[in-house]
This record gives sequence, C-alpha cells and structure tokens, in this order.
Amino acid sequence: MINHDFRVDLGQLDRLSRKLRYNIIKMSHRAETAHLGGALSVVDILVAVYWGCLRIDPAKPQDQDRDRLILSKGHAVSALYATLAERGFFPCAELEHYNEERRHLPEQPSPGCIPGVEWATGSLGHGLPVGLGMALAAKISGKSYRVFVVMSDGECQEGSVWEAAMFAPQHLGGGLVVIVDYNRWQATGRSNQIMGLSPLAAKWTAFGWDSVEVDGHNLQALSEALAQACRSSKPFAIIAHTIKGRGVSFMEDDNNWHYRSPSADEVRAAASELGIS
Amino acid sequence: MRNAFAQEITALAEADPRLVLLMGDIGNRLFDRFKVVASNRFFNCGVAEQNMIGMAAGLASCGFRPICYTITPFVTTRCLEQIRVDVCYHRMPVTIVGTGAGLSYASLGATHHSCEDLAMLRVLPEMTVLAPADSMEVRACLRLALRQGGPVYMRIGKKGEPVIHAEVPEIEVGKCIVMRPGERIALLSAGNMLPTALAVAESLGSSGFRPEVASFPTIKPLDTSYLSDVFRRCSIVATIEEHSVLGGFGGSIAEWRCDQTNPGARLVRFGTGDEFLHVAGEQEFARSHFGLTTGIIAQELLRHLEGERPALKPEPVSALAHFSEQG
Repeated sequence: MINHDFRVDLGQLDRLSRKLRYNIIKMSHRAETAHLGGALSVVDILVAVYWGCLRIDPAKPQDQDRDRLILSKGHAVSALYATLAERGFFPCAELEHYNEERRHLPEQPSPGCIPGVEWATGSLGHGLPVGLGMALAAKISGKSYRVFVVMSDGECQEGSVWEAAMFAPQHLGGGLVVIVDYNRWQATGRSNQIMGLSPLAAKWTAFGWDSVEVDGHNLQALSEALAQACRSSKPFAIIAHTIKGRGVSFMEDDNNWHYRSPSADEVRAAASELGIS
Repeated sequence: MRNAFAQEITALAEADPRLVLLMGDIGNRLFDRFKVVASNRFFNCGVAEQNMIGMAAGLASCGFRPICYTITPFVTTRCLEQIRVDVCYHRMPVTIVGTGAGLSYASLGATHHSCEDLAMLRVLPEMTVLAPADSMEVRACLRLALRQGGPVYMRIGKKGEPVIHAEVPEIEVGKCIVMRPGERIALLSAGNMLPTALAVAESLGSSGFRPEVASFPTIKPLDTSYLSDVFRRCSIVATIEEHSVLGGFGGSIAEWRCDQTNPGARLVRFGTGDEFLHVAGEQEFARSHFGLTTGIIAQELLRHLEGERPALKPEPVSALAHFSEQG
C-alpha cells in the first residue's frame, strides 16, 4: 500500500492538475463529448485525493484493503479516467480511445470498465448509499480502508443522498468522506436558484456529520481538509467551492461548457493558458 | 411465510458470516433471534429504501451477501432504479425480499398492494425472480437465492398461509414442481395461489377432468422445458397469480408462447386486472374482486373445456400472427 500522507510537493500537484486539465480538454475535443465544465471543476479534488490521500496500489486495483473512491458525478468521468491513467492504473495512451466503440472508456463508466473505476455512475444520487455500504462492510469486517464519495452540488438535490446522510452517523465512526464539487451550476442553471442547497455545509452538520468548506482549487487547503476528514471519528463532508470550467478563461463559469466540446483552436488556446507547451 | 423467512434467514446467518440483513423498519420482534446471533450484521435501515438497496450493493461489492427485506412495493418499485443500476448492472449478489406481496395486505389499500413487482423486476437483466408458494418453498427459495452469484428478487406472502409441502422441497432455479400430474388441462401457479390452484383441480375433478397442477417458485428464468412439454400435452394451460395479468407470470409465459413455432395449448391467464382497488376489503375480498377464487376460476375453465373439441390440435401459426390474434 502506498500512503503519501500529504508529504507531496504542491508545485508537483499543480503541474499534475494542469496536465490532467489539458488531457481532459483533448478527450472532449477528440470524442466530441459534453460535460467538460464539471470535469474541469473536479480536477483539483481528484489530484488532492489520488496523490495525497488514497491508500491504493495501482498494481492491485482489487486489493480488499484498498481505499475506495466513487465518482458519483459520473458525467465528469473523463477527469477520473485522466487521473487513473496518470496515477498508473492503465496506460495514458488509452485516453486517446475515450468513448470509442468497443473500447474501455465509455462516456459514463460501466462496471469495471477499466482498473480503478470503483462504481458505474451517471445516474445521480447513487454513489453515497453505495459508498456507505462499502464503509459499513469495512466496519463489520474490521478493516481500516476509507471510502471517498465525490458528488456534484446538483446531485445533492437527490433524496437518496439525504437518506444515506441520515443513516451514516448512526452506524459509522469515521471512514466515510463526502466531497461536494460545489461549482454552483447544474445542467440548465444555477444550482441554488433551481433548488435551495444553501447552507450546504450546515445541512451535513445538521445530519450529524463533521464538515468543512474549502477552496476546491487550493491544493494545500484540500489536502488539509482531507487530513482532517481522515482523522475524524464521524462521517465527514468537504464542501469544495469550485469554478465550472476551471483553468481556461473562456470556459470558467460559463455553463455552455456543460454541453459543448472544444474546437482544435480552442484546445490550442487552452494549452497556452494551462502552460502546456 | 414471513415467520419461515425469519427463522430460515437466522439459521443461514449463523452458518454464513457473509450474510447481512437489511430491513426497512418492519417485522416487529420478527428478527429478535437474528439480532442475537448476528448483531453486527443486522441493520434497520429505517424508512429509506433507496439507501437500503444502494448500501446492499456496496456491501455485496466487498464480499457480503446482503438481504433487503420490507413490504413489497417499498423494496421494489420505490427503489427500482437502485435495484436496476446498483444491483443488476453491477451483478451484485443481493437478495431482495418483498413481504406481503400481491394482495396479502389488501386492507391497507393499493399503496400496499403489489401486483406489478414481477413485471418490473423480471425485465431487469441479471435478475432471478422467485415466488415461493408456502413456508416450505420460502425456505427452499432462500437457500437457493443465497447460492446464486447474482441478484435475486423473492416475493413472499404474510403469515398463516396454508402449508402445502410436507417438507422443504428440493428445488433448483428455473425448474417448476409438478404437484399432481394430469391431462388435457394444466394449472400453473405462482406464489401463494397454489392452494387455490389445487382447489380448482379438485373442483374440476368432480366434473370428470384430471388437471395437472404445477408450482412455479421460479418466475425467471422460466422452466421452458416443462412449458414445451405441458403445452404439447394439454389443450388448455392456465396461469394463476396474485399479480397483474400484464407482464407477470402469465405474461411471461404468453411471451414465451408467442415465440414458439407450434405453441400447442391455449393459454388462459388469471390474475389481477389493469386497475387499482379503491374500496376497503381483506385479501379474500380483493381476490374475489379480481376473479381469483376457486369458484370463478373453475367456472371459467369449465366454459373453455366444454367449448373445445376433445382432441384440439391447433394449426401451426407464426409467432407474429398468433400475437396479433391474441390482441
């Protein structure tokens, strides 16, 4: 098991984030797929977890004692694929076949489509109950692995999220961490204007969880929040404030990037902004 | 049936440390013994069925064998998407048990009736669907379910149903149990309608017929080898179920029959209709409303039997033509 214990170089993580963003943008361009904005908003969260926190060994993706991460916002799976490839679960060359027929990286993940994908998501509100079941399994069997569930803010409108939120503190100590990628947009509008999510951190606290709010693009803050979450004796929610389309000026906070894919010129412009030569 | 379920699941949990019981706040004192023998593997999941199914899938992915138990509509249609995505799509070995299926809880109103569950769950890929007829078949089906490597749905009744089998029958997935052999007419029963099917056979016996009766604890996969045989041997095959005639046991046999080059016997389906029951009444009242009584079924079958030629040999028709004819 590899445990980085947050002794990671923040400069290195920043370079990783830029590289992953560029790969994700290229994937969206090549495959002409949507949901780019929400993939870019979750990148720093995935970097902080995969390089700073998860006890995993890419050579043993089915290890029973591994930490688990469920990307419950399955529409952003291009970010997870890019992360897993960079983290060594499969060759980065496979990313070039994203969403190609008969290949292993569907536009939203299927069960076991590629090593490292823990759950098939895409329908919102499924990841937390499933992750809770995994955490419960750890408790029953006396194992010490942790479960991380990354959700979108729009996803928090699903009732199943709050069923799980209400169940968890009754039956678990620590070992279950929710990270909400709070980019303030959902498919057709501002999430708080469509349904009142705010105050989101207070909602989790009211359900018996510990929670913190962080800048979801500050890798230092994310790493500290994750460290706090892993020490907690309660289920823990990290509300990560993010920007949809983060990293590329003409994509940031523009919800059209929930739907459109970038042209070749836009990919070049993004590369320049991300400092990719 | 639910007492048999509780006893059997407790015995199985004692023997198998992978077994975890998740229930949705039902069965007052029913699981007291389970809580003693496997206290850390019993969870009252409250009134939150979507979470219960999702957690079961998560537990199953880590090597456990969860059983989810509550009143049928709440553990089936209420959380159908979790069953479809988290259990079936992922091929998780989760057993879902609906209690009070069909019209068992008739007096509680149509919110508690379950006459659509077989239709909705049998269409899910990977799902095995079981409908035991009595407490003995409940025990047999539960043992079978936990030997399966994938998703299982089992619908059971309430308490106090007649016990038909003298002992726990040996069953296997996809095989029916012929309760009494016969000729010319066969009565195929799903779940708790078996006592009625046997009573109908007695009634028709007094009119000189010798009906065959089979119990189908497995709705999916169907026992197609038996069906091929019985549809060839008989001129009328009747299905009896406490479920809608649309999409359930009879519906699935109608689909199967439609695909046969030479379907043989005529199929007559007895079940609930395409309507909700809006007035008060116990299970027997609800059954009579839908024509699911010994008298009504026997009378209807006699009408068919008397109307047919003694040695009916249907002309071979294409599956499509036959489907149109049936309308």
